[in-house]
Amino acid sequence: MKKITTNQIFWPLAAFIVLLVYNAFFAKNFFKISILDGHLYGNLIDILKNFAPLALLSIGMTLVIATGGVDISVGSVVAISGAIACSIIDGRLGIFDHSFVAALILALLSGIACGLWNGFLVAKVKIQPMVATLILMTAGRGIAQLITKGKIVTINSAPMMKEYYFLGAGYFLGLPFAFFIVVAVFTIVMILVKRTAFGLFLQSLGTNPKSSRLSGIKVDRIKLVVYTISGLMASIAGILISSNIKGADCNNAGLFIELDAILSVAIGGNSLNGGRFMIPASIVGALFVQCLTTTVYALGVPPEAISLLKAIVILVLCLFQSDSFRQKVFKGTGRWRKGADAA
Amino acid sequence: MKKGIFSRNFSLIVTIVLFLLLFTAGSLRYRGFFSAQVFLNLFIDNAYLIIIAVGMTFVLISGGIDISVASVVAFVGMLSAYLLRNGWNPYLVMLLMLLIGSTGGFLMGYIIHYFKIQPFIATLAGQFLYRGACFIISTSSILIDNPVYSTIANYQIKLAPRTYISISVVIALIVVIAGAITAKFSKFGRAVYAVGGNEQSANLMGLPVARIKISVYVLSGFCAALGGIVFSFYTLSGYGLQNIGLEMDAIASSVIGGTLLTGGVGSVVGSMFGVLIQGIIQTIIIFQGNLSSWWTKVAVASLLCLFIVLQRVISANRERIRRRMLNDS
Repeated sequence: MKKITTNQIFWPLAAFIVLLVYNAFFAKNFFKISILDGHLYGNLIDILKNFAPLALLSIGMTLVIATGGVDISVGSVVAISGAIACSIIDGRLGIFDHSFVAALILALLSGIACGLWNGFLVAKVKIQPMVATLILMTAGRGIAQLITKGKIVTINSAPMMKEYYFLGAGYFLGLPFAFFIVVAVFTIVMILVKRTAFGLFLQSLGTNPKSSRLSGIKVDRIKLVVYTISGLMASIAGILISSNIKGADCNNAGLFIELDAILSVAIGGNSLNGGRFMIPASIVGALFVQCLTTTVYALGVPPEAISLLKAIVILVLCLFQSDSFRQKVFKGTGRWRKGADAA
Repeated sequence: MKKGIFSRNFSLIVTIVLFLLLFTAGSLRYRGFFSAQVFLNLFIDNAYLIIIAVGMTFVLISGGIDISVASVVAFVGMLSAYLLRNGWNPYLVMLLMLLIGSTGGFLMGYIIHYFKIQPFIATLAGQFLYRGACFIISTSSILIDNPVYSTIANYQIKLAPRTYISISVVIALIVVIAGAITAKFSKFGRAVYAVGGNEQSANLMGLPVARIKISVYVLSGFCAALGGIVFSFYTLSGYGLQNIGLEMDAIASSVIGGTLLTGGVGSVVGSMFGVLIQGIIQTIIIFQGNLSSWWTKVAVASLLCLFIVLQRVISANRERIRRRMLNDS
């Protein structure tokens, strides 16, 4: 039993299952899946579709946090990449007008560029990660506005609209296409982390940065790569979000999604101070956050109350994951007091 | 020794010089920019942010972070508007708000210190909690038409003919002065620097680390609530979506003012100038007339970048000097 509860993925998974069980009793038709227009339809399918951007971001965020950093610029990168993609699809940029492929490539490149910039500041200039990414977080929405010239770009009548819309809202084999993107990205990143030298170095860097540096691992280069991956994930998320709403809204696209991504990582039981990490746990965390949102909608509670629920969930989950809290509550106060005094 | 003082305050001096440069540039370029009122308006429009930035500076110096402040401001505005509409005494409302802010800060500080929850996550929970509580009160905005509030809001303290400041400015300046004195000369203030510099050594020195770390969040909660009250003077309404992203403005102000997010370094006066610099960029963009407001964000971000790199160079230099001294001895 102890072995199970100490496994990192146990708590997020347990929380997710509790939420599902709750829904089974209290939310009407939550598990009902029907077939509509040739694809599956229902709350569970909705969760799979809408959690895609958050899942992608939490993959990138897990890697960044593993190196002891954080990337709070992802929301702005989401806005930038959506702005670029939609501007091209709608033919406003003046180059590559209406080209579907160019829209994707340029949007992804913008994410890579943003990630490289963050990585450069963190790894080469050695600025604290939160401050370094604060720069792009502040500037990013302004840059996105520059691209769209301050307007909300809608692509309803653009020639390649259908193809673009398919990415974020389309269905493939009855399931949301966005879900397949998550699976593909997840597989690639897992191979990168588990099967390559880079992944080995990353894990070593997360576990013990000092000894990694002393054993000759190029810490700077790994950090640079990690922030670039995070930027790339944010740009894919930006494409999915803008495709789902058929347009780019620079002010609201991906607003606060960085907090949700960090939250997913934290719910997944990863330490925000860096160290050992587990990507699947973060994805379960993202799944939980999205499921919570969908539950609130399904229950008919005003959507504004979501933030209240999230607050409670963060508190409960984080307290349960905190060793000193568990000791205080479950094992009497004696040992805990000693530990607190020593710290 | 003299040189030491200069290098210690270098980033603060750069901040002040930059502020003066921006003000001079604006005055040379735009008619009507060079006036006492334009300068004072910076304080009038940003009084609430200055107050919040003071609290934030203490948290950052202690090595923590508080991202709940923006929601506290929104919640204070919302709850006071609601209570005033139901006929509560305005002074009682203000007192209650300060109490709520401080208690919230205490709770966050408590779980951060005793349960070892990262400050970012604990205050993120606080942020969500306050924001959600706003919408439980009401989802639309509530006007404040209490006579005491509107009197305070419209009262002008005349400094000279056609130049005035508001009561909020006086409150903000008192907070800045009190904050600066606390940070530099009080036992508590010095202890905050010590904890931020190195928590373990502060503990070994016998400083009450737990009390200091929790107090810092209480202070920040108090300042955020006070900022919220001042902000409700400014807008005379409460709305749940008010001030989204304000916490990042406060953090940016502190960083521009020379505070290091790793803790141990920073000054309250610097943070005030950080706020003023953001304000003056906004003013310049308004005077320019043909630029959209999002240029403010880009300009502030470029400045942030400049300052951070500058600080990085300074601290790298200092490190090198320290290492050389160690080698010599």
